[in-house]
Amino acid sequence: MTPDSTTTTKPPATASYQGVDDGGQPLWRGLVRWETALVFVLIAVLIFGSAQSSDFLNGSNFFYISLNMGEIAIMALPLTLIVMTGEIDLSVASMLGLSGTVMGSLFHDGWSVWAAMAAALAVGAAGGALNGLLVAKMGLPSIAVTIGTLTLFRGLSEIVLAPRTITGFPISLTKIGVMPVQGTQIAWSALIFLVLAVVFGVVLHATSMGRSIVAIGLQPEAARFSGVRVDRIKFGLYVVSGLFCALAGILFTLKNSSVSYDAGTGLELNVVAIVLLGGVSIFGGRGTVIGVVLAVAIVGCLQQALTQMGVQPEVQNIVTGALLLVSVVVPNGGELLRRARARTRRGAVPAA
Amino acid sequence: MTAQLTAPAPAPDTQRFARGAALLRARELGIGVAIVLVFVATTISNHAFANAHSVQQLLTGASLIALLGVGETMVIVTRNVDLSVGSVVGLSAYVVGDVFKHHSGFPVLLGYLLGIAVGVLVGSINGLITVVTRVPSLVVTLAMLYIVRGVDGVIVDGKTIDPAAIPKSFTEVGYRTFLGVPWLAIIVAVVVAVVGYAMRSFRASRDLYAIGSNPEAAALAGIPAGRRVFSAFVISGALAGLAGSLFLALHAQIDVTGGNGYELTVVSAVVVGGVAIFGGSGTVLGAALGALLLNTINQALVAAKISSFWNEAIAGGLLLAAIAFDRWLGLRVARSLQSAQGAHRDA
Repeated sequence: MTPDSTTTTKPPATASYQGVDDGGQPLWRGLVRWETALVFVLIAVLIFGSAQSSDFLNGSNFFYISLNMGEIAIMALPLTLIVMTGEIDLSVASMLGLSGTVMGSLFHDGWSVWAAMAAALAVGAAGGALNGLLVAKMGLPSIAVTIGTLTLFRGLSEIVLAPRTITGFPISLTKIGVMPVQGTQIAWSALIFLVLAVVFGVVLHATSMGRSIVAIGLQPEAARFSGVRVDRIKFGLYVVSGLFCALAGILFTLKNSSVSYDAGTGLELNVVAIVLLGGVSIFGGRGTVIGVVLAVAIVGCLQQALTQMGVQPEVQNIVTGALLLVSVVVPNGGELLRRARARTRRGAVPAA
Repeated sequence: MTAQLTAPAPAPDTQRFARGAALLRARELGIGVAIVLVFVATTISNHAFANAHSVQQLLTGASLIALLGVGETMVIVTRNVDLSVGSVVGLSAYVVGDVFKHHSGFPVLLGYLLGIAVGVLVGSINGLITVVTRVPSLVVTLAMLYIVRGVDGVIVDGKTIDPAAIPKSFTEVGYRTFLGVPWLAIIVAVVVAVVGYAMRSFRASRDLYAIGSNPEAAALAGIPAGRRVFSAFVISGALAGLAGSLFLALHAQIDVTGGNGYELTVVSAVVVGGVAIFGGSGTVLGAALGALLLNTINQALVAAKISSFWNEAIAGGLLLAAIAFDRWLGLRVARSLQSAQGAHRDA
């Protein structure tokens, strides 16, 4: 396939689209370009949507978009940081299901709904700690570990709740799930996401913790030697991920006013797709919170536009897949081209 | 874990390779023992479990995942992953079923070939994009999962293929036995044997281990990594396409949800079977045995009258245990190599 096979298999840490390229360009230029591209895509989607239907840009539409994306978006934030460190968490949707299940079953057993929510959060933190223990402390590959806990958490949900469906949550609370924040056209879950996105953005881009996360993703060994507590940070990120998935599980339960053991099945792939579309490198070390926020907006608006056009959900699947593919192939392809050109300039010596 | 075991072997390496191979064989033996133990324990609690029929069910139930596991192993050994296999099973099963539905008298054998062709097409796209753009295969095949599932949904369009449309001679493979062994299991066993032999003996397939163990060293050794990885994806796709045809033969019907979620089950089976998720080691026999173990446990739960709700939790726990065991085994091998040969870098 590639005539120059010596460069086909670079180790992940120096993978081509991290911005650390042969041309010696600073990291930020690659980043700016990616987020700018996302803005243009978002504008294109908005124009496309408005062209399809004149009331695409009205408030109630905006509310449905924010309602649809809320939980996925909340789970995407901690996953962004985890992927930035070069790891992954595929158990997020099962964690959402398990915490919703625990909340539902305790509520059914007569706990107050607040206590049940607290228990759900505790379960989320515990599940995250299990992931963190296996990945950060024992050094096991996170993709295999979180496929394991994905299955385990879903299995625990089945044991706890199947085949029941719990309903009857207090209406005062389920209202939160389906009503916009007063005086706005935005769902509560989306508001929570936006606030958290600001917090995550500040942490990732303006604190030493954020720099440590980037450092771990770029060069874990180097980060360790320069005093970054790699294991502790990774462990903490998994616990945060578990907590946020539990929060998403609570919101998901309130939105549907019911919960069954298979709540959120398959959502993990949507969450991963959003994070990658947001420009976070699967190899770690590169990505921004604003990129992920833009990806959430793009996917939400696109889905809504396609739904309004009467496009089947299956075609929306194709569009999501194609978008994901293009979003990673294009920057990578550009990078490869730049490298190839740099090589030709240097007299066609194959890179060693 | 055991990256260095597959390095090209000058004199001192031969011994190292033999030791590593012995340990890997022990791994497969261990899974075999685990399967027998589960089987015996279940039989003790429920005597009806040990009969020819339930053994047939064990083999049939594991066969599709084992088949997918063979292709997945070839891909994972190269440090890649193929998440699109489940959606390929669904698409190929539906395409084949649809052809039978609209062209009565379509040759049965061509039906199988058509299924394989669908898989080859998707596998080629996966391989091409992964190799040419060097985008991580996790992302490429995740995107393909969505795309293939979407295409499947568009073609299916809410319809199902029902048993009446499918020729009897096509579905026979799904339920007929030969000397008491289900044909499905025989087909999978032949595939495992052929690919397993190739993975041990042929230069091109040994290259896959080299690529996964140490990509840079493989490149420096002149291994055409791009071509090899591409081939691995094509074979994985072809086997997923075949599995789709067999899915149709086994169930005699298919709708849009067919094969959904298989991708994660396959990765689980492969990892339980001792294939290292970061490439470089593992065998297709191990992967097939991993699939058989998972299925045996599932059926044992049913036989032991434990609620099937426990299935997934146990499968997840088992997967975690397998990964932890791999790590422990890897550390042990590394230590024994170090003490035998002096300081040796652990890959």
